[in-house]
Amino acid sequence: MLKLENVVTHYGNIQALKGISLEISRGEIATVIGANGAGKTTTLKAICGLVGVTSGKIFFEEKDITGKPTPDIVSSGIAMVPEGRRIFPRMSVLENLQLGAYLNNDKNDVRKDMERVFELFPILKQRLKQVAGTLSGGEQQMLAIGRALMAKPRLLLLDEPSMGLAPMIVSSIFDIITEINQSGTTILLVEQNAQMALSIAHKGYVLETGRIVMEDTAENLLHNEQVKKAYLGE
Amino acid sequence: MKRMNYYLQVLTVIGINIILAVSLNLVSGFTGQLSLGHATFMGIGAYTATLLALKLHVPFIPSLIFGAAMAAFFGFIIGVPTLRLKGDYLAIATLGFGEIMKNILLNLKITGGPMGLRGIPKVTNIYIVAAAVVVVIFTLNRIMISRVGKSFIAIREDELAAEAMGINTTNYKILAFTIGAFYAGIAGGLFAFLFRYINPNNFGFMKSIEILCMVVLGGMGNTAGAILGAALLTVLPEFLRSVSPLISQYRMVFYGLLLVVMMIVRPQGLLSNTSFYFRRISVEKNAGKGGR
Repeated sequence: MLKLENVVTHYGNIQALKGISLEISRGEIATVIGANGAGKTTTLKAICGLVGVTSGKIFFEEKDITGKPTPDIVSSGIAMVPEGRRIFPRMSVLENLQLGAYLNNDKNDVRKDMERVFELFPILKQRLKQVAGTLSGGEQQMLAIGRALMAKPRLLLLDEPSMGLAPMIVSSIFDIITEINQSGTTILLVEQNAQMALSIAHKGYVLETGRIVMEDTAENLLHNEQVKKAYLGE
Repeated sequence: MKRMNYYLQVLTVIGINIILAVSLNLVSGFTGQLSLGHATFMGIGAYTATLLALKLHVPFIPSLIFGAAMAAFFGFIIGVPTLRLKGDYLAIATLGFGEIMKNILLNLKITGGPMGLRGIPKVTNIYIVAAAVVVVIFTLNRIMISRVGKSFIAIREDELAAEAMGINTTNYKILAFTIGAFYAGIAGGLFAFLFRYINPNNFGFMKSIEILCMVVLGGMGNTAGAILGAALLTVLPEFLRSVSPLISQYRMVFYGLLLVVMMIVRPQGLLSNTSFYFRRISVEKNAGKGGR
């Protein structure tokens, strides 16, 4: 469904991604794990067109989306939940969700999508008119995911959904991610919390300083000695 | 009678300043793009409208609208390269544009150079200004409760997230800038036909800063705040003038002092961002039909 071929990106003169190749099949949860500065966020930004690609190709559903503007990529069926949630803090929960459906002009359709988001996150329905910045961290993460779902993505990119959240909330967020996946959305999950990410993913990639150094099924990576040492703290 | 005229004049100036403040508020308050050249667009509107009326004998209303369109055109032309810049850089770029424009006005023959343009017919009165204020605020509110307005606010709130939603942030920033310039152009035309004389210094950096002060004092991103800020900062020097001869002499000192105190006591402005009236309404209205 998504295929990256040798993707290279630069921030000024600094090479951030040094040739990333990965492939995600429909219906999968794939995860990219790695330390700070490995290039996880940059990979997601490159897919969304938020960072320019110097060389290499990105294909989504067999179509080349390399270098396309972000609105085109979003309307082709990819949505991102940015790192650190990045909700619109002084807008209401409702307005945040409406902006998620920015490219959808069909009001009835938007309403249906919103109902689906409320099924996943009932708390958002209760908080509908509340200013988003006053939500708790976990609720903000739910809003960020809900907002991305409003774009009807077939591929959902999640950037560190566990960041800064209490362990209990992290596990409920990860349950919901699994649920979203089971209802048919393919997921690319970028995480520092390797344990959690590998436990729900089908497939994993290990990223180190802009290169993929390992790829395997999530199951195998969880039991890999090197991964255990470097990322699972064992 | 004379006193009455004086009050009406102050009220008319308040109206013009309200248009300037709410239009800058669209750019800086709602969309979050700091512009230090707003008076320049006012100037473009004023000069265009005046020249059309004086040289080509175009009637008042078409002159006014054409002046505003010219200001919008310049807003667009300036917006395209500069709105890729962020924050401080944009502020400096708009400042530079203001200086360029001022020098052009100072040196062109048709604009009368530093002498400016005189003999403009007096057409602007309190009724015309009041009508213009109503139209500007009404249309602005329509914009702000629409998808376009939501996109402006989203850009201010988090530009990256807005882009990730598929909002073309550069285009929307240019749009906000162009609309803001259009309104400022209207204010400029009204100004010219009120004072009957314009020169480049009317539309310089100090005027831009004055408009920005109105917006910041009232509360960034709050239309009601911008209106209040414009009214207060127009009335204040006039009021200080009338208190006593001593205060009158130092009125600009008091004016400055008040701004400093205001910013220390209430840095978010008189009416803060979260309380602007029509956004509340829009949330409720949309909740009724859209969300649930």
